[in-house]
Amino acid sequence: MTVLAVDSSPLGMFGYFRDHRSDVLDWLGYHAWLSALPVVLGLLIALPLGWLAHRHKWAYPPLITAAGLLYTIPSIALFVSMPNLIGTQILDPINVAVALTVYTLALLVRVVADGLGAVPEDVVQAATAMGLTRRQRLLKVELPLAVPVIASGVRVAVVANVSLVAVAGTIGVPELGELFTNGFQLSVGSPYYPPITLGIVLCVLLALVLDLLVVGINWLTTPWRRAVAS
Amino acid sequence: MIEWLNDPGNWTAAGGVFDQLAAHLQYALIALVIATVLALPAGLLIGHTGRGRWLVTTANTVRALPVVGLLILLYVMLAPHIHDRGDTVYLIPTEIVLVLLAIPPILSNTYAGVDNVSAAVRDAASGMGMRGAQVVRRVELPNALPLIFSGLRSAALQVIATATVAAYLGLGGLGRFVYDGQASQNFAERNAGALLVALLAAAADIILAVIQRYTVSRGVSGRFPRRTVEDTDETDATDGTDETDETDDTAVTTQPAGHTA
Repeated sequence: MTVLAVDSSPLGMFGYFRDHRSDVLDWLGYHAWLSALPVVLGLLIALPLGWLAHRHKWAYPPLITAAGLLYTIPSIALFVSMPNLIGTQILDPINVAVALTVYTLALLVRVVADGLGAVPEDVVQAATAMGLTRRQRLLKVELPLAVPVIASGVRVAVVANVSLVAVAGTIGVPELGELFTNGFQLSVGSPYYPPITLGIVLCVLLALVLDLLVVGINWLTTPWRRAVAS
Repeated sequence: MIEWLNDPGNWTAAGGVFDQLAAHLQYALIALVIATVLALPAGLLIGHTGRGRWLVTTANTVRALPVVGLLILLYVMLAPHIHDRGDTVYLIPTEIVLVLLAIPPILSNTYAGVDNVSAAVRDAASGMGMRGAQVVRRVELPNALPLIFSGLRSAALQVIATATVAAYLGLGGLGRFVYDGQASQNFAERNAGALLVALLAAAADIILAVIQRYTVSRGVSGRFPRRTVEDTDETDATDGTDETDETDDTAVTTQPAGHTA
């Protein structure tokens, strides 16, 4: 084996990745999981709540205000107070997942309500005239038509989550944020870039991939838009 | 946590709550002022001319960057060049990151606000003889204010939340309690720090909401005294998404501005 010269320049990240492949891939996996799962959970909870806010006028202000308030809680505050609220261990990744679910939920309740509200009235009336029940109308007409609006909200949530998950690294939850704390600790005296640049590149790539995934799902679930566009 | 907060010593001591609160506010305010000075005119200009939209898109992609990573990268880059200046070595990277965070919401909301002003209102303004700069200052800016404020509010929120992470670098601020508490397993201190950051963010949001209430023209927010307009629409001042039924009102409010000219 040849001994690799330690390259501390930003491009040393390739060598760093080679040397720490299994750790880095583990962290990437955790990071992807912690960013994506809360979006799915948050969306599942936001759908009925957003529908409620759309359906009943009285429910809109309290639900949207509550969601807005949840969103004002700083992420680090939410991460560290989770163990008290749900009785988990301090460094349990579940804290991060639950905290981010709260954020996603806060963001998406409004998006779902406004997305349903943006469905044209005549379309809803046409569906009613065709004899669809309220439930069929929601599932077959209103919800599918609201998908593009909801998807744009989900894109914001997913990209924000990737960045927020990295914050949890500063309190010791294992994910790509570890690369930053690692680089910070190795930079005493002279700068050691590889883990830091690797972490940033991987975070951006992960955000990009997850964003594309949402765009793809949006594309697949709205075939009529392509029919009109062509 | 309650006990920790109830101990006056934790508040008044050097490096106590009052000191860190002042530091936290200072970091956040510097960043917000710089970001507003940069992004507000840029947003107005892009919205007014319709040129340079790529700048808004570019600023938005910055949001995908992990804040902590950027913070540490900048620190590592700048640290060898800054010596013997106390906190400056932490402060400069922190402020750069906070400004970068605050620019996208302010820029894109200002742009969207100006872009949303209906063409009829704009035409009316030029019809009354206003020049470009006057249209921006007297018509587009007032009409865009609700959206600009919502951008400012989310920027303030992000900046206050992220200033917490700055303590991880070694800077002060309320994040000190969070990270020191975490390191020394003093969870009362850590949770108290987290609570204080959340309260500060909420307070900042309320203050900005109050400023918004008194600076946004009543014609734009739809907030008229009951006797002047018989049918006050129930459009809450929470956001500026309802432009459709506002166009008439906004046209009214731009008139007095024209008369004084």
